[in-house]
Amino acid sequence: MSSWPILSLVTFLPLVGALFCLVVNGPKEVVDRNCRSAALITSLVTFLLSLVLWAQFDPAKAGFQFEEKLPWIPSLNIGYHMGIDGISLFFVLLSTLLTPICVLSSWEAVQTHVKEYMIAFLVLETFMVGMFCALDLALFYVFFEGVLIPMFLIIGVWGGKRRVYAAFKFFLYTLLGSVLMLLAIIAIYWQIGTTDLPTAFEKLKLPFQWQFWLWLAFFASFAVKIPMWPVHTWLPDAHVEAPTAGSVILAAILLKMGGYGFIRFSVTLMPEATQYFAPLIFGLSVVAIIYTSLVALVQEDMKKLIAYSSIAHMGFVTIGIYIMNMQAVQGSIFQMLSHGIVSAALFLCVGVIYDRMHTREIAAYGGLVHRMPRYAFVFMFFTLASLGLPGLSGFVGEFLVIIGTFKANTWVAFLATTALITGAAYGLWLYRKIIFGELTKESLKAILDMNRREVAVFLPLVLITLWMGVYPASFLEPMAPAVDKLIGDYNTAIKLAQTASAKP
Amino acid sequence: MPIGLESWTLARPEIFLVAVTALLLVYGVLRGEGSAPFIAAATTVALLVTAILIFVPYREGTAFASLFVVDRLTGTMKALMLVGAAIVIPMSRAYFERVMVWRFEYPLLVALSALGMMLMISANDLMSLYVGLELQSLALYVIAAFQRDTLRSTEAGVKYFVLGSVASGMLLFGASLIYGFCGGTAFVQISRALLDGKAAELGAIIGLVFVVAGLAFKIAAVPFHMWTPDVYEGAPTPVTAFFAVSPKIAAISLTVSVLMGPFKPLFAEWQQIIVVVSVLSMALGAFAALRQPNIKRLMAYSSISNVGYILLGVASGTEKGIQSMVFYLAVYMVMTLGAFAIILLMKRRDIMVENVSDLAGLGRTQPMMAFAMLILMFSLAGIPPLAGFWAKLYIFMAAIEAKLFWPAVLGVLASVVASYYYLRIVRAMYFDEPAEALDRMTFGANRAVALAAAFLVAIFSLAPQPLSAVAAAAAKGLFP
Repeated sequence: MSSWPILSLVTFLPLVGALFCLVVNGPKEVVDRNCRSAALITSLVTFLLSLVLWAQFDPAKAGFQFEEKLPWIPSLNIGYHMGIDGISLFFVLLSTLLTPICVLSSWEAVQTHVKEYMIAFLVLETFMVGMFCALDLALFYVFFEGVLIPMFLIIGVWGGKRRVYAAFKFFLYTLLGSVLMLLAIIAIYWQIGTTDLPTAFEKLKLPFQWQFWLWLAFFASFAVKIPMWPVHTWLPDAHVEAPTAGSVILAAILLKMGGYGFIRFSVTLMPEATQYFAPLIFGLSVVAIIYTSLVALVQEDMKKLIAYSSIAHMGFVTIGIYIMNMQAVQGSIFQMLSHGIVSAALFLCVGVIYDRMHTREIAAYGGLVHRMPRYAFVFMFFTLASLGLPGLSGFVGEFLVIIGTFKANTWVAFLATTALITGAAYGLWLYRKIIFGELTKESLKAILDMNRREVAVFLPLVLITLWMGVYPASFLEPMAPAVDKLIGDYNTAIKLAQTASAKP
Repeated sequence: MPIGLESWTLARPEIFLVAVTALLLVYGVLRGEGSAPFIAAATTVALLVTAILIFVPYREGTAFASLFVVDRLTGTMKALMLVGAAIVIPMSRAYFERVMVWRFEYPLLVALSALGMMLMISANDLMSLYVGLELQSLALYVIAAFQRDTLRSTEAGVKYFVLGSVASGMLLFGASLIYGFCGGTAFVQISRALLDGKAAELGAIIGLVFVVAGLAFKIAAVPFHMWTPDVYEGAPTPVTAFFAVSPKIAAISLTVSVLMGPFKPLFAEWQQIIVVVSVLSMALGAFAALRQPNIKRLMAYSSISNVGYILLGVASGTEKGIQSMVFYLAVYMVMTLGAFAIILLMKRRDIMVENVSDLAGLGRTQPMMAFAMLILMFSLAGIPPLAGFWAKLYIFMAAIEAKLFWPAVLGVLASVVASYYYLRIVRAMYFDEPAEALDRMTFGANRAVALAAAFLVAIFSLAPQPLSAVAAAAAKGLFP
């Protein structure tokens, strides 16, 4: 195990690039070029560093690895505590992988305020990675909420027509959820006198009355973030109005913060309340899956359609987490990772044609296969991955969740499965409308296929999707001990509570 | 009782400030108008030296037959308040020079009001409390109307004076009730009378309510806030900056020493009052400014809501609560001074403008200043990792530990509402198209203050511990 603080390095390295962009000066073209390269290089180096993380990660251990612990505010017992386990490892990798891809994808698409754009993305990366690594509740909250600042600016400055509305809605919605979580964090701090998470795992024994309220407070935050029906309405707006790379980060990482939060905090800290509220989660998730899939069927805007499909996919994730058995939880995590790659790629696909035609309306396209064969292939690939074709990543997560759910609750499994059908319907419908058919529209006659930069953007995503679909074990194995421990601890806590209540 | 040497050493900083102010006043009168720059500089230095004198060498105890008390808490609050006043003086210069009222009286009035605030903070008797409060208020009434040839400024001065007098009257009335029911004006006498059960409790409570009402007026807490937006808007902008910082620190410190000192035995009673005042302030401060176009009025409402958060810390009545108050005030001072420094730089064709919409496009025309304002606004909204977040966290920690659950929930919800109007400023700077660019923000004191404040707020998360330690040490003054 290395002694140097590799997690902090991965987390804060992007800030170095941001600082460089901040001080760069000169004529606009030079600044733009330098900032783009600086952002790409820093994010690539960060990605490589995070690969070291994977290489040195011990997949047999269930506990936290690469731990770093420093006092931060000793007088309040708040510490700087970082560490990852099998669950967070891949989220870190997902974040570091997608940032360079985002930078590369906006190479030509973003022409205004390039410097600020790159700074915003690098700062965003720091917050995202830090959030998945944080093992202190206060530190986690700082990263969790800090994300709002760069994202608000990304949507508001570089977004579409209704960007201001979308940015405000995104910000206020998520802030409203998070501040309640802040109070819950303070309440936990009050109980155990520290915000250190592993200490909280050990020491925190809350009576059910408390778990009930704290769970709701955490739920308010994560449900908005993931998002669950009926607090999902910020998402279509934010996704549609954000610039392509912004939508990618929103869909791929920000939504996962909610799922990660459920796994890391709600389930572990409030097991009884988790059990108590599981039916609520199932209900909301099933509604979300069916409702948003149907809504997706009638969308006229490509991004909106993908946004609604994201909500449906996240419904699977929340069901899986609250079923609390091995397959379902692993499936949920896998589904989140897969969705992170696939939805990111789908938004990038939309970005490719949006950059050329500057419209996202489905009706404005048709017959692209005649002019853009490479694009047609990539789009087909990710559409199939999204609707869960065996052999691609989307299948594994959904399959595991459904197996796990079937064991626990047949009806929930049955209703959730309907999403596979509707999902195929809207996915293929979108594909047919855009790619197939006659190329009749004048404006499309001169459209160009993907250039080399765009191929470079998609290639890693295609490969990873295949890898995840064909050999999921390389992802499932490292997370297995951590998930096993999670479920074991949960079952022990529930049993303890039951024996306690059985005694008069 | 003869006044011993000890009393004079304890009041050393105040005596120094009086002496310097008097000498500078004589100098100014003899030299006439041209002396303003020198006197301004000298006053700034004198205020800072006074702040240093409090701690070097540090002494604590009571003086002048227990009219005056010095401990860690009063020392820290005085130092904070003095630093605020010292920074405001150089910030004012450019503004007053433009409107041709850069007179030597201004820095001296600031110094005199600071003196009054020091007495307020150190008051240990209802009489010294009132004398300090009035010394402060009279100086403030004058500087509110300092731009005496404009209607707005004089109106602000008169409004402030009339309403301030009413508040002082209420406070005096309350004090006389307390004197009548407790048999003394010294804080020790009052608290002893209450503890022994000698005082008729109801009478003392009514007296307390009047005193709290008077103090609530001074700190601009709901429902005694009505003067704030008008006075903030009307007063010359640097004076507004001063109002938002130093008098607030002094009056809050005074409120704490009254509530936690003589009236500690009535904690259960006053806690209810403070909680209600706090929640109302947070809510009104958040909702009233949602559509406010004038940035000075907006800052007035922002200060009202900030006072609400501080009072929530006070209402917890614990050591943690006092710590959180000190912490919050320090952070609040930096953010507010920074924001006002930028407001003072807002000019178009050399005319001061003060609407939120005037900031439109600042992100494009002057990225540096816009970025500073962005950081300050997000910090005021309480978004991590900026300093404002830690201040709010501290307050809510104190509130939760004191089991003030519902006020805390209402408080965080109000903070979400309030974040909307801070975001509006960010929106104007970054999302909106520039109508007509503001004048280049020139180098000088205001630019330095704005950038320094933004920098401090931005890197605060790297080392929040020192301020936390200062706050903890200060709170020890009340909880030895």
